[in-house]
Amino acid sequence: MTGLKLIGRKFSRDKLAFTGSLIILSLVLTAALAGLLAPYPEDVFSIHPGERLQPPSSNHLFGTDSMGRDIFSRLLFGARITLIISIIAVGASMLIGVPLGLLAGYYENWVSEAIMRIADVFLSIPQIILAIFLAQSLGPSIHSVILALSVTYWPWFTRIVFAETRALKKTSFIEATEALGAGRLRTMLLHVLPNVSSPIIVRSSIGMGFTILTAAALGFLGAGAQPPTPEWGVTIAESRQFLPDAWWYATFPGLAIFLVVMGFNMLGDGLRDILDPRIRRGLE
Amino acid sequence: MDRSPDTLLLNIERLSVHFHTDRGLVRALDHADLRIHRGEVLGLIGESGSGKSTLARSVLRILPLSARIAEGDLSLSGEDLLAMKESDLNARVRGRGITLIPQDPFTSLNPVFTIGTQMEDIVKWKGSAGIGHGPPGEKVIEILERVQIPSPRDQVGKYPHQLSGGQRQRVLIAMALLPGPDLVIADEPTTALDVTVEAQILQLMKSLVLGKGISVLFITHDLGVASQICHRIVVMYAGQDMEEAPADVLFSQPRHPYTRELLESLPNPEGTIRDIPGEIPNLIQPPPGCRFHPRCARSTALCTQALPEKKAMAQGHWVRCLYPLES
Repeated sequence: MTGLKLIGRKFSRDKLAFTGSLIILSLVLTAALAGLLAPYPEDVFSIHPGERLQPPSSNHLFGTDSMGRDIFSRLLFGARITLIISIIAVGASMLIGVPLGLLAGYYENWVSEAIMRIADVFLSIPQIILAIFLAQSLGPSIHSVILALSVTYWPWFTRIVFAETRALKKTSFIEATEALGAGRLRTMLLHVLPNVSSPIIVRSSIGMGFTILTAAALGFLGAGAQPPTPEWGVTIAESRQFLPDAWWYATFPGLAIFLVVMGFNMLGDGLRDILDPRIRRGLE
Repeated sequence: MDRSPDTLLLNIERLSVHFHTDRGLVRALDHADLRIHRGEVLGLIGESGSGKSTLARSVLRILPLSARIAEGDLSLSGEDLLAMKESDLNARVRGRGITLIPQDPFTSLNPVFTIGTQMEDIVKWKGSAGIGHGPPGEKVIEILERVQIPSPRDQVGKYPHQLSGGQRQRVLIAMALLPGPDLVIADEPTTALDVTVEAQILQLMKSLVLGKGISVLFITHDLGVASQICHRIVVMYAGQDMEEAPADVLFSQPRHPYTRELLESLPNPEGTIRDIPGEIPNLIQPPPGCRFHPRCARSTALCTQALPEKKAMAQGHWVRCLYPLES
């Protein structure tokens, strides 16, 4: 049985990963088809003062907000923003973090020390505070959120790839590769990288959940996306002064954040179980 | 290139390798000489830490970053390997002129690729002078047949962890022979295997190498294994070469006190095991002169003064000792 088939079979058996991937799949579909699924797509920006703060009904599934906009429609468009922020942030972190981790793990001299100490410096910066600082200097926007998340999340990839590469360097197949005349680049890209791809995939999935949560927190604090953007954190921030009477206003965006973050974490945990070669061997 | 059997293939002279560590300079190899002729299997014997593997890694120039070749000459078919550029080494020596059969078959294959993928990669990258014509996949099947892997067509799609240790070592031997090397360095290729598999692998190596013009540097700590496959044997101790002789002569007439101690420390049928008195020296401050002198019954003050010159005992038999044993 080939590796892919095996992973596929284990995936469908793993309830955690399966549920997680269903949630993520529906998030992606929602984001892609927001324009078709939303009952009031124009409500992203248009205002209906006459329909302010209506509770959930058959007309407005999740009720309306303080401007009379359909919360359900805005949630669907918010999924798009959420997904874009976290994909770009995690993707950029990976592009920065993985090569640096490979270099730091492969070399055992000052190069590696320098990379890891710089990673430590970035890890020590609290993300929210850096994002608020960036929002202050660049102006609060989705761009500063993405920048702040990318700048602070890459060390997670570096640390994981560094540790795995160091461990791999000690194994004799890497030495055998060098005895075959593989240069550093070939060794790193063709032999080390495929062996560290599992932890990278797992870390990406967990990172998606983490960046979504942080992006929402920044929106809530006003340091991220700005009204009238239908970002979920922003919507919750707007709802504060109407609580607890307009309970639906904060509840549904909150549930959306909860569900999506949980989905990514479940997927990440499940993938870890599936991709871990030791466990894979055990279930052969 | 001259392929006649008496041609000198690998020539190592006065090779010294030092490791720079936090505790000081480790003198792992001290003026070691080694010559391998074409088609010859040379055994390199010694305890752990005697410098066998350091010597092998020096030949491929894949020593760790902390190691420096402090002195000596190293040439393959007359070509200076120490002066060669890294890119030339990668293109012409490593994996082509010289290949390595690693020590541990369990960790020496990349766990995330099938053996077929890994072997085809070598065919495409390093060529396949060791095998006939045909597409890469067929060449892989052919070499796997040659190393006696049963039904190779069913095995190429497998991952290393799906194969037994003996089969993995066969795959590694196949990979070492694929590029048609002049010299194969076998670094304790049977140490990790159990005794019955060890015998099979030795038999296989003999059939694949002897009379095929391929030279082998066979590194082992096991005298029994060395006696089965090697033409000549070099005995190493604490980074120095002590004695060299044709395999049968070394066993019947050892001339270096250390060689005799080593032979007598083999388990015998009476079940008694003798060990060599004393300890392996610390290589940061090695004993001056002959490094074996603190443990040697025949040593005198002269032994501490300088590394003894090689003394010829007979044709192809020399010993680095001031007071060799009588034959």
